[in-house]
Amino acid sequence: MVSNDFSSDIPTKMSTKIVIAGGFGAGKTTLVGSVSEIPAVTTEAVMTEASVGHDDTSATPQKVTTTVAMDFGRITVDQQLILYMFGTPGQTRFWFMWDDLVRGAVGAVVVVDCRRLADSFEAVDYFETNRRIPYIVAMNRFDGRLEYTADQIREALEVSASVPIVDFDARDRSSGGTVLKTLLRYALSNSPVAAPVG
Amino acid sequence: MSYRKRRGSRIRPYTFTGGRTRSRHPLMVQTLVSTADPSTDAPAKLMPESQRIYRLCRETRSVAEVSAELKIPLGVTQVLLSDLAELGLVYIHPTITGNSPSENQVLERALRGLERLFQ
Ligand SMILES: Nc1nc2c(ncn2[C@@H]2O[C@H](COP(=O)(O)OP(=O)(O)OP(=O)(O)O)[C@@H](O)[C@H]2O)c(=O)[nH]1
Ligand SMILES: [Mg+2]
Repeated sequence: MVSNDFSSDIPTKMSTKIVIAGGFGAGKTTLVGSVSEIPAVTTEAVMTEASVGHDDTSATPQKVTTTVAMDFGRITVDQQLILYMFGTPGQTRFWFMWDDLVRGAVGAVVVVDCRRLADSFEAVDYFETNRRIPYIVAMNRFDGRLEYTADQIREALEVSASVPIVDFDARDRSSGGTVLKTLLRYALSNSPVAAPVG
Repeated sequence: MSYRKRRGSRIRPYTFTGGRTRSRHPLMVQTLVSTADPSTDAPAKLMPESQRIYRLCRETRSVAEVSAELKIPLGVTQVLLSDLAELGLVYIHPTITGNSPSENQVLERALRGLERLFQ
């Protein structure tokens, strides 16, 4: 009959996660959708926001509830392994959400809209500053236009020399897949090869 | 597993794991969960929301998918799943973070999978 030791009768499935970050409207959701085997799903997190100043619209004036949406997609790698892609909310005031999303991720892609470089600076800065997970920069060439070279982008956004910068089309599945492969290769080349912990 | 320090932000989440996740296995948005014994009904004593989660998890899915499909906010979903896991009703699958060298072969498998899927 049934056993309580479910580790023995449930085939072990595992999952892993890649974060898709970037500035507002850079193409994060588009990338998630183009590589995902399911239509991008939106899920919501509810949080309190300490109200600043005199907010008299609320019964509890200290706190305001905010709903933050984020979207995700899925790739079934094989029978046991599922890879999820999570897009961060664009607005940078939701930084703490980035922390929650980044925790436990194998890596991140910072999607850059090449026409609005400045909008990507904070996202790059987040990963350069925290250095918890490997990240790469993916320049979304809107309508085939690419106005800067990778070197110019690296200099403008202060991207470390070792971080790969690729260009791609967020709407194209194969192009998006190449971005994910680049990130995984980079993460593996960067991985802790039995390095001492500390 | 270390919890990173949050950036100084005036917005504070009361959802997400918020310290209430007592389970030894990390319960992240991508973590897969399944009902420990899919052939049994949800115990009647469970809250309706937990019963819905229990039934949905007869097929393995991620915390984020449970949240999206049942339209329960992520943080609440995490807390309810954590409680179900404590009761031994839900199994929490391993999450590969790439933080330890032993996980490299899984990441290599992921890369090979992507190479096959996106040629
Ligand atoms: N022409 C063109 N349009 C694109 C491309 N990538 C994204 N878009 C469009 O640009 C807009 C923004 O793209 P999204 O994928 O929603 O961007 P996002 O980063 O998720 O935006 P937020 O979540 O609001 O920060 C959408 O209308 C897309 O259809 C592209 O490569 N070419
Ligand atoms: Mg989006």
